[in-house]
Amino acid sequence: MSSDTSTALSLTYAEAAALGLREAMSADPTVVALGEDLGRGGVFGQYRGLQTEFGRDRIIDTPISESNIMGAAVGMALAGLRPVVEMRVIDFALCAMDELINQAAKNRFMFGGQGRVPLVARMPIGIWSASAAQHSQSLESWFAHIPGLVVVAPATAQDNYSLLKASLACGDPVVYMEHKELWPNASTVDTNEIAVLGAAKTLQHGSDLTIVTWSRGVGLTLAALNDTQLAGASVEVIDLRSLWPWDQRAVFESCSRTGRLLVVHEAVQVAGFGAEVAASAAEAVGCRVARLGAPRIPVGYASVLEQESRLSPEKIARAARALLTAK
Amino acid sequence: MESVGSTSRLLNLYSEMRRIRAFEDAAEEASKGGVAAWGLAASDKPALVRGPLHLSTGQEAVAVGVCANLERADLLTSTHRGHGHTLAKGADVTRMMCELFGRSTGFNKGKGGSMHIADFSVGMLGANGVVAAGIPIATGAAHALKIRKLPNIVACFFGDGGANRGPFLEGLNWAQVYQLPVLFVCEDNRISATTPTAPMTAGDGVSARAAALGIASIKVDGNDVAAVDQAACGLVKEIRAGGGPRLLHAITYRFKGHVSVDPGTYRDAAEVAAAKLRDPLLISSAALRERGVTDKEIAQIDHDAAEEIAAALRDAANAPWPLVTEAYEDIMNTGAGVWK
Repeated sequence: MSSDTSTALSLTYAEAAALGLREAMSADPTVVALGEDLGRGGVFGQYRGLQTEFGRDRIIDTPISESNIMGAAVGMALAGLRPVVEMRVIDFALCAMDELINQAAKNRFMFGGQGRVPLVARMPIGIWSASAAQHSQSLESWFAHIPGLVVVAPATAQDNYSLLKASLACGDPVVYMEHKELWPNASTVDTNEIAVLGAAKTLQHGSDLTIVTWSRGVGLTLAALNDTQLAGASVEVIDLRSLWPWDQRAVFESCSRTGRLLVVHEAVQVAGFGAEVAASAAEAVGCRVARLGAPRIPVGYASVLEQESRLSPEKIARAARALLTAK
Repeated sequence: MESVGSTSRLLNLYSEMRRIRAFEDAAEEASKGGVAAWGLAASDKPALVRGPLHLSTGQEAVAVGVCANLERADLLTSTHRGHGHTLAKGADVTRMMCELFGRSTGFNKGKGGSMHIADFSVGMLGANGVVAAGIPIATGAAHALKIRKLPNIVACFFGDGGANRGPFLEGLNWAQVYQLPVLFVCEDNRISATTPTAPMTAGDGVSARAAALGIASIKVDGNDVAAVDQAACGLVKEIRAGGGPRLLHAITYRFKGHVSVDPGTYRDAAEVAAAKLRDPLLISSAALRERGVTDKEIAQIDHDAAEEIAAALRDAANAPWPLVTEAYEDIMNTGAGVWK
């Protein structure tokens, strides 16, 4: 939704998030951010400049206390603030599961609607070169399973701007998953573009096969279209953007035309969110389905081990070719 | 309320404790029957209160003595044993009983029950099914009050068992680092579910742990409501003056089992009998008599509390159940309407 007054900026994925948060904080004095190392800009520069602009009371450097960071955000939300929680990497957010799952997600229902918990919990996902098993996970399916949580996974600088603002505005607890290898990716950001949570983006139209993906899977899938294995194939590519709510209408409509659905994600394939998308599409439109995710192995340190868990354009093209040629 | 130590204040404290005792006794009775649990057979009598009921019977002086020093706009986080805190903070007794009965007129519309009893309108932000989970929430609420430059404070109740969970350290450190207006109240009933806490706890207890973080504390007889009131009064004054967090360590005793259907047979009968001689209601009524309050006046308070709770029971039993459609409400706005 761009307009004639749009402002187009070239920003990295990290800069786009910082701009989105900056605008939200300027517009609403109740928005605060808390987490480790935020004062110096965050681990990935996604908070750069914000403490200087908004002060230490609103960009809050915290102790290494993931439980309390998340739990305090719940208390802040109940007492009138709209906190942004930084978990550094999703692996560390596992220290805050009670506070997120039992407290934030259930508060509104459990207390009969007496309160709301408008918080955005940022927990960067994904394989990050040679960071091994505890700094590399993609756990989006865990949170898609929990009633009460919104789950968002931006793939581009534009979406990291627009989806972050939409997440801050939605009033529900949001698990917001940036991918650690997307931070430096620069692209044009239209600051007038307003994102709707639950609306996918169709990035490539096609008639033979639908590929649904999100986060870093998006760029890799677009790259896979140039692979010789897909020469002559007409492939539709959908960036899901949010996993709850997810755009069932767009996916089912596409699959009903192409008759084939491949879901691609970096997370472990077993019980991944791809299973949910594939099963839902098969139930709804009777299409043929396939999934491509990581094997059920921890991410290894050595490059040869790490590669086993990574997606690649070649792997995606091979999986797509297999589905296209399946009888 | 009247000045600390005055007879009229002590009468109010006694009266509030008596209401809580009457509530707990009534809730306990209403929870009997139904399912087999804790070694007891099921009975034909339907349990009007179906879920786990963690009674604060015997611990009333802690809730009442602390809450006497809170204002309506002050906030409170509680434990799984939260009926006393909720009543003492000013929640309506009928809506509480309705919630225990699972009725739509309860504070939580029947979605929470005893373990999640709450009345946000009086600043009571909820009982909690997870031990120590209220501590981080309390620090965050206090952090928000400070950022928003509001004059109020947060009272954070937790148990002796909760002091052995990680959020205790994280939360106390946090409150002290940011100098937040929190009164941490360790309601020390000396038992963690069904296991004595002392042999499970290293060091010299919560006060020593608070001292290690530079947080001043007072240890008090948690069965003497006047003593709790006086100690809380001083600590609350210091917190309101901007002094940062304080801790009150109140030693008390849980008269009942871990949950209402737990007969608590794992405890030494002599220990329980001795503890009941120090019933906070006995201590408080004896103190009132020493000040010239008559037996008749005390009996009138007891009678009024019984009448109030009896009315709440009647209202709760006649209140409507939630509609099944309410299972799909108050969850989230984003994506609402899609459940699969």
